[in-house]
Amino acid sequence: MQAMNSSVALDKKDSVGVPLQKKKGLFYYLKFDYMLYLMLLVPVAYIVTFKYAPMYGIQIAFKDYNIFQGVSMSPWNNFETFKQIFSSPQFFQVVRNTLMLNGLDLLVGFPAPIILAILINELAWNKFKKASQTILYLPHFLSWVIIGGIVAQLLSPTGMLNSLISHMGGQPIPFLTNKYAWVATYCLVGVWQNAGWGTILYLAAMTGIDKQLYEAADADGAGRFRKIWHITLPGIRPTIVILLILQLGNIMAINFDRPFNIQNNLVMDFGDVISTYVYRVGIQSANFSVGAAVGLFQSVICLIFLVTSNFLTRRLGEDGIW
Amino acid sequence: MSQTLKNRAVDYTAAFVILIAVFICLVPFLYILSQSLSSNRAIISQAVTIYPIDFNIEAYKVVFGDPGMLYSLFYTIILTGVFVLLALTVTILAAYPLTKKRLKGRNALLLMMLFTMYFSGGLIPDYLNVKNLSLLDTPLALILPGMMSVYYMIILKSFFQSLPDSLEEAAHLDGCNELQILLKIVLPLSKPALATVSLLYAVFRWNYFQDALFYITDQEFYTIQLKLYNVINISQQMSGENVNVNLPSEALKAASIMFGTVPILLVYPWLQKYFVSGIMIGAVKG
Repeated sequence: MQAMNSSVALDKKDSVGVPLQKKKGLFYYLKFDYMLYLMLLVPVAYIVTFKYAPMYGIQIAFKDYNIFQGVSMSPWNNFETFKQIFSSPQFFQVVRNTLMLNGLDLLVGFPAPIILAILINELAWNKFKKASQTILYLPHFLSWVIIGGIVAQLLSPTGMLNSLISHMGGQPIPFLTNKYAWVATYCLVGVWQNAGWGTILYLAAMTGIDKQLYEAADADGAGRFRKIWHITLPGIRPTIVILLILQLGNIMAINFDRPFNIQNNLVMDFGDVISTYVYRVGIQSANFSVGAAVGLFQSVICLIFLVTSNFLTRRLGEDGIW
Repeated sequence: MSQTLKNRAVDYTAAFVILIAVFICLVPFLYILSQSLSSNRAIISQAVTIYPIDFNIEAYKVVFGDPGMLYSLFYTIILTGVFVLLALTVTILAAYPLTKKRLKGRNALLLMMLFTMYFSGGLIPDYLNVKNLSLLDTPLALILPGMMSVYYMIILKSFFQSLPDSLEEAAHLDGCNELQILLKIVLPLSKPALATVSLLYAVFRWNYFQDALFYITDQEFYTIQLKLYNVINISQQMSGENVNVNLPSEALKAASIMFGTVPILLVYPWLQKYFVSGIMIGAVKG
């Protein structure tokens, strides 16, 4: 038994055909693979300089940061900055707005690509399918600056949608100036930009479904809707779950470009979110400690959400993201 | 028979809904395009919808006559090119060694990179870091901090892993070292994946606006997005006060938006298949 094992071990080779042998020192590997380590030097230097070095700067959340003294020399103030932000109503407002906009995005934006993917999958004409996919993916490739400009033109009081509404005898809708209407605008613009692109993953998952299942269902006399409900949807369930965890985990994270380019002064009650707040307070007003503290708060909550939702999905028997 | 009829009904309903969705995706472009080709008077009187009124190309003459605009465009093209080259190189240099299971410390390095996907310093520490490195107001601030996306690195890594090991073994027996194997065997076989990742980087750099807004105050280094942001927003801030001042008109704003959109519209349909396959690689092997 023992002898067999060792002969098996000797037969094993790694990808470049070098026999795997046990008990080689670290130095052997460093020497043997020095070229690979040299290659890794560049990306590791990048990660350290631009990802881990900023993490050192997080400490200014616990300091009275002073530009002249720098990160390490500025005096500690412990949790003063946090006390300050936790007692500021504006902080809670931006946290609430972030949760609200992301929550609505989840509610409206998450199912949209699933529905669209099912419809595309049901399309019978291949050329039409290809052409419509190309157009549906398109909005994803525009910057938020461009989309912000388009939205401002299209939805302003004199824009096309409102002139259409008034032509049909309706009241113009203040899409961009009333804060409630603005929230709806924000969500729908998100759907517009992302729903088509989001179908790619689901369509990929659908091509992985065994065709025999559909044939068996045909033989049993199942209609289109039954096949969607009992075969297509269960077939894409793992994809749905993974994307759902990711989005739930990111419920406190919010990108900067989207809210910043759609918001305006009239709707800041609902439109001001963590990222835009940190920009305004931290960079525009040079209140670095406050900005860093708000950012740290956000990162920590984000990490907690991500770990928890991943843990829960694993408990429910699905594969998590790690 | 009734089953076929029902099937037909489903086909047509699905096609109809998709057509509406396609229409919703296209109309905003048509609207902006027709605005950019209309007279300002027609726009203000709300006569313009999806075709131009009082057709003219005055707005485009102004946009193309603005040296700042063209400068920004070319500057951003070069910036994007340099960024893609560097980012692709760094990403390959990380992805290739990390495919080697025998490499000591591989898991630790991978974990170190993955961690940054889930936790980061935040906007302010990032900003201070760029400031401390004296990169503010230099094009390097728009290149170096985003030089590798861990997510794209994983896409590339899973593609490298899907290549047959036997090719590398053969090259190794022929006396190639790792760098030669990478350059002569792995990269030529990975063209589709390299194309995908380059395109993803290119679109990211072309569209990303936040870092330009944070790090750049010198007009000379404005990206096209930052330039457009100013054209679109300066007029919005001022339009309430005095209409007769020489403001960027509605038609001009629309023409500027088209100016920033057309480069993407031109390249996108040709490149679409690469993006899609790249996203699928990432999705399947995550």
